[in-house]
Parts: sequence; C-alpha cells; structure tokens
Amino acid sequence: MRHIISVLLENEAGALSRVAGLFSARGYNIESLTVAPTEDETLSRMTIVTSGSDDIIEQINKQLNKLVDVVKVVDLSEGGHIERELMLVKVRAVGKDREEMKRMADIFRGRIIDVTDKDYTIELTGPGSKLDAFLKAIDQVAILETVRTGASGIGRGDRILKV
Amino acid sequence: MQLSGAEIVVRCLQEEGVDHVFGYPGGAVLFLYDELFKQDKVKHVLVRHEQAAVHAADAYARSTDKVGVALVTSGPGVTNAITGIATAYMDSIPLVILTGQVPTYAIGEDAFQECDTVGITRPCVKHNFLVKDVSDLALTIKKAFYIAATGRPGPVVVDIPKDITAHKAEFAYPKSIAMRSYNPVVKGHAGQIKKAIKLLLEAKRPMIYTGGGVILGDASAELAQLVRLLDFPCTNTLMGLGGFPATDRHFLGMLGMHGTYEANMAMQHCDVLLAVGARFDDRVIGNPKHFFEQPRKIVHIDIDPASISKRVKVDVPVVGNVREVLKELIRQIEAARGGPDKEALKAWWTQIEVWRGRDCLKYDRTSAIIKPQFVIEKLYEVTKGDAFVTSDVGQHQMWAAQFYKFDKPRRWINSGGLGTMGVGLPYAMGVQMAHPKATVACVTGEASVQMCIQELSTCKQYRLPVKLVNLNNRYMGMVRQWQEFFHGNRYSESYMDALPDFVKLAEAYGHVGMRIEKPADVEPALKEAFSRKKDLVFLDFITDQTENVFPMVPGGKGLSEMILV
Repeated sequence: MRHIISVLLENEAGALSRVAGLFSARGYNIESLTVAPTEDETLSRMTIVTSGSDDIIEQINKQLNKLVDVVKVVDLSEGGHIERELMLVKVRAVGKDREEMKRMADIFRGRIIDVTDKDYTIELTGPGSKLDAFLKAIDQVAILETVRTGASGIGRGDRILKV
Repeated sequence: MQLSGAEIVVRCLQEEGVDHVFGYPGGAVLFLYDELFKQDKVKHVLVRHEQAAVHAADAYARSTDKVGVALVTSGPGVTNAITGIATAYMDSIPLVILTGQVPTYAIGEDAFQECDTVGITRPCVKHNFLVKDVSDLALTIKKAFYIAATGRPGPVVVDIPKDITAHKAEFAYPKSIAMRSYNPVVKGHAGQIKKAIKLLLEAKRPMIYTGGGVILGDASAELAQLVRLLDFPCTNTLMGLGGFPATDRHFLGMLGMHGTYEANMAMQHCDVLLAVGARFDDRVIGNPKHFFEQPRKIVHIDIDPASISKRVKVDVPVVGNVREVLKELIRQIEAARGGPDKEALKAWWTQIEVWRGRDCLKYDRTSAIIKPQFVIEKLYEVTKGDAFVTSDVGQHQMWAAQFYKFDKPRRWINSGGLGTMGVGLPYAMGVQMAHPKATVACVTGEASVQMCIQELSTCKQYRLPVKLVNLNNRYMGMVRQWQEFFHGNRYSESYMDALPDFVKLAEAYGHVGMRIEKPADVEPALKEAFSRKKDLVFLDFITDQTENVFPMVPGGKGLSEMILV
C-alpha cells in the first residue's frame, strides 16, 4: 500500500543521504522524496512517498526513527491529511493547439507562467493523481518536457508535526 | 585556554577515561600523534594493519564495558578499517573511530589519501561526523562517545581534517549532553511487562532465548535470577554465550544452525518464548515459515524497536534496557500470587531430558587423528573454564561455541553478525590489553589466522602472551563442509595449499611455536603452553580433515530439521 511519511530531521550536511542510504540498503521503495528547511532553520522537513506491506512500513518507520539525525516521524496516511505536488509542463502551443492548451490549463486550474510563440509552460499543483490526469488529458505529442517536485504532505486539523 | 585541535582530541580522550587507543599513524593524523607523544595517560597501541586496530578496539569493548577507541589516517587508513567497523556494527559494539581527513580546503579535490569517509562508512556505523570547525570538536567527540555507548550500542566515526587538528579553540569538555533527536528508551512499558508476566506464568512449555543484548546490557545476573526463579529452560545465541552459565542445568546449549538438538527442539516446540536481547536472525531460527508451523506466544525484550517484529512477528514487545526490564519482571513475578504451572513444567523438563539424552555433540573419541572437538574440550579443562576465548570464523568457531562452557559474560569474543575471518588474533590482542593478567586463548584455523597474521608482530612489541589454538585441517573447513553436503563433494578452492610452517613462522616473529599431531599430545601441549605465562604460544594442531560440525540446520530448513551425527 502507498504511504506518505513526514520526517523532521536535523538540518545538517549528510542527513538526506542517511535517509536515502537507509532506503537503498534495506531495499525499500521510494516513489518520491522532497526536503527543505522549515521555519526553524535548524530543522528540515522531508516527505517520503513509499509503498510496501504493513510489516515493511512498520520497519521503515522504526528504521527512520533510529537514525540519529531524525527528530520525529509521522505516517500521514494513518489519518486525515492533504498532499500537494507541483508540476511544470512545457507544451507545444501552435495553431489550434494554442487555444486548446490554454483551455485545458484553465480546466485543471493551472497557470501559464511562460509564453513563447511556440510553447507554453504550465504550472499545476494538486495531488499526484490530478497531475497524472492532466498529462493524460492533453495531446501526448504536445508534451515537450515535465518536471515534478514529488508530494509534500501535512496532517489535517490538529494533527501537527512539530518539535 | 586556547588549545589546538589535536590537543583537544587528546584531552577529550583523557576526559572520557580512555586508557588505550589502537591505531596506525599517517599524514593526516600527524598532529594527533604528536600530541599523543607528549602525554602518557592515553596509551597508543601500534598495530600492523588498520583492520586489526578496529578489531582490537572492538574486543577491548566486548571484554569490558568500555567504549573501544581506534585512530587511523585518511584514505587507505579508513578503507582498511572498514571491515573492522562493519564487524563491530553488526554485533552492536560501542566504538569511537577517529579518522584523519585531508585539510578542509582540499576536500573534494581528489587530494592525496582522500576518501569520502562519512559516505563510505555511513552504512556500517551507528552515526558519523565530519568536523568542519575546531570549535565543534569537543562537543562532537562527546556526542560520539554518548551515541556509541547508549541505546543499542554501535560504532561512531569522527572524521577530522588535518587543518582542524592544527587550528586553535577554547577547550571546555561538556559535562553532560542532550540531543533532541536521540533519546534511547530505558524503562520498559508497564502494561507490556504485565502482559509478559501473564504469558510467562501461564506457559506449559516455556523457553527463554537470549542474545548479545544480555551481554552488552550487563544483564546476566538478572537473567540467571529469572531463569532459576521460573525454573525455565534457557538457550543462548552465538552472541549470547556466557549470558547464562553454561554449566547450569537450565542451560540447553547454543541454539541455531549449529545449536544443540535439545535447544532447537525446545525452541521449536515451546508454547511461550521469552526472547531477551536477541534478534531472531537467519542463523538462529532457520526458516521463519517452518518456525511458525508451531503456534507459540512470543515476548520480546529489546532496546531497539527496529529489532522487534523484523523477521518474526511477536505478541508482546517490550522496548527497554534488558537489565531494567528483567529486574522489573523479577520484582513482579516474586510479588505475584502463584508461580508457573509446576505440573506442566515437570512434563516439559522430562521431554527436554529425552532430547538432551540424544547426546548430539558426541564424536569419535577413539580416533587416532586429533579431533577438533577434543582440543576444545581439553582447552576448557586446562584453562579451568576461566579463559577469555576469542575465535575466528568457521568450523573452529562453532566447535569453540559448542564445547567451551562459558559461565561468565564477556568471555567469548567472536564475530557473530558479519562473520569476519581474521578477527581472532586482533581480538585476542584487544582482550589481553584490557586484561593484562588474564588467560587469553584464540581458537582459530589455518585459513582465518592468515588473514591478520601480521599482528604477531604487534603481540611481540607489547609482549602479549596470548595462546593461539590453531585447528589446522588444511581446509577452509566450513566451506568444505558445505561443499560436501550441498555441492557434490566438489571442493572448489577450499583446500589451503602451500601453508607456512606455523612453528617457524611463530619463531620468526619471536614467539614460541608447537606442532601437535597425536591426540595423546594435546593435553600436555596445552598445559605447557598455558604454563608459559609470558610467551605467546602458537599451537598448531593437525586435526581430522573430514570432521564436520553437527548438528546442522541446513539453509532454508526449519529448526527441528537438523542433520545429526
């Protein structure tokens, strides 16, 4: 099953490689991993999307907690949570495609953030499934380039991850 | 007062009460060696290869309750040390390894003797640090010792660039330390302990299985008290030997791949299992599927939550320091009304005695060729069971584990997790350094001993009177055994050709060598060797080439599917 795990860790050189190394050494999947400093700059927050049986997820949580740099671990999928991902897509926008691309971007509440006479760059945020849906909905041959951040997640309401 | 980084390191070691550092100098650590030279509180032991420095520090830690310390230079110094670090990591041994690094301004430039030490050691350490500012040095070393020794122990690397050892900073050694990201659990959860006691007291066929955690957690006195209080059978893993007295009637011997028939059968057929500081690894429970064909309830005490339910689902996990948890168990069981089910226990012991009667460790005592088991039995007698015994890895290791009865913890020093051939001699050095007056024997084989043989020179320099018991069967015995059982007797590359004359080799290093070829000479030779209190004696026993280790649970099989003699 797919899980989204949030990790608060010391914002120190090498902390990211400890987490990445743990996943590769023990053969766990990483679907995506994002990390950036928090409002407290001594701490980084990481969101890992992974998948595995309940036993594997339990081990992932325990092994993450065992890392000396890790302060807190929460499996967001255990309760209400929101996840968002940012995608930038560069699409060919000439002829009748130009109007169509604009319309599709509007439907998906995307924004065109760069324009040339041949292409648009569209910014889109949402759960990963929405980004997937957008890519499916537009003409495949029109896609020139995509880049995605991977998911960031946060618990709903009073589910707060803080030191 | 302003001190140089090198002075700070040495002062930190003194503050930590470190009396021995095992190491090897080189360019990146010259300032450190200069400071070691100027003082005499911290004694430096010069090895002949960095691998041995870490092994010796590791054995120093295993045989005491202190943190072992090694010091190596950058680049090849570090890569040579990796085997030692990984060995300690797999067995959870508290070590601090100080490594030299090229100057901070040269890092990343492929400088002479540069390697990414933090990157290369990351998968085999509990934690590691690169010190980039001399003012962080003292706190980092304090953290390293704290992390190494607390929680589930392990090796910690502190990588120190050369310019940091020259820079100056104010020195103040922190008295205590708190880390928001690292807070090991000590006390067990009260509710879990209650559940555990209920299961234990209801058991009809109980079993207690303990590992290295009892040794590392200094919990053997509490374990013995609990076993006797409950009158339950007890087995130890390879790493746990000595955690419970081997001569006690409750002891069923070691369990696992080469465990005793009675231990493995009791493990397989028990209805309540108490696991203490052990991790259900593949060499211990065999095939987990087969293990689960028999229903049983499992209570697992361990300091590391990640060790619980990793290979085997348990019913009652108790996370905590094993000694604290065992104390609490004893206190509450003593206070509880009614003890274990005496009738059921009587029937269970009767069954166990039947298994014990199978005499699974028997071997041919009339052989005209020296049997390796016989040598270990005689070693036990001659040393009155009171030696520190180190071993290498292979058949001789298993025979030592089966036939030397360890009554005390920290007496049996071997590489259980990583299974590192070559540890035996440097382990013996580390133990002898920690216990100068003690009897130290290294049970080894002609293949293993050659992997760190250069350390005979270190032993000469420091006059370490260890006794090497070389079970020389001219084969990598365990490899040969597997080839005989599972590869149609094709002994591919397992014959040790062109062996040196070990007697002459020992003599070349300035030691005493003895070659023993007849069973009748085994005991007199051992007696003579151990009476030479000041000499290192290399005893080369020419043993039966065809002898195998029994019982054996073949890979992928269940615990009760042993091959017996």
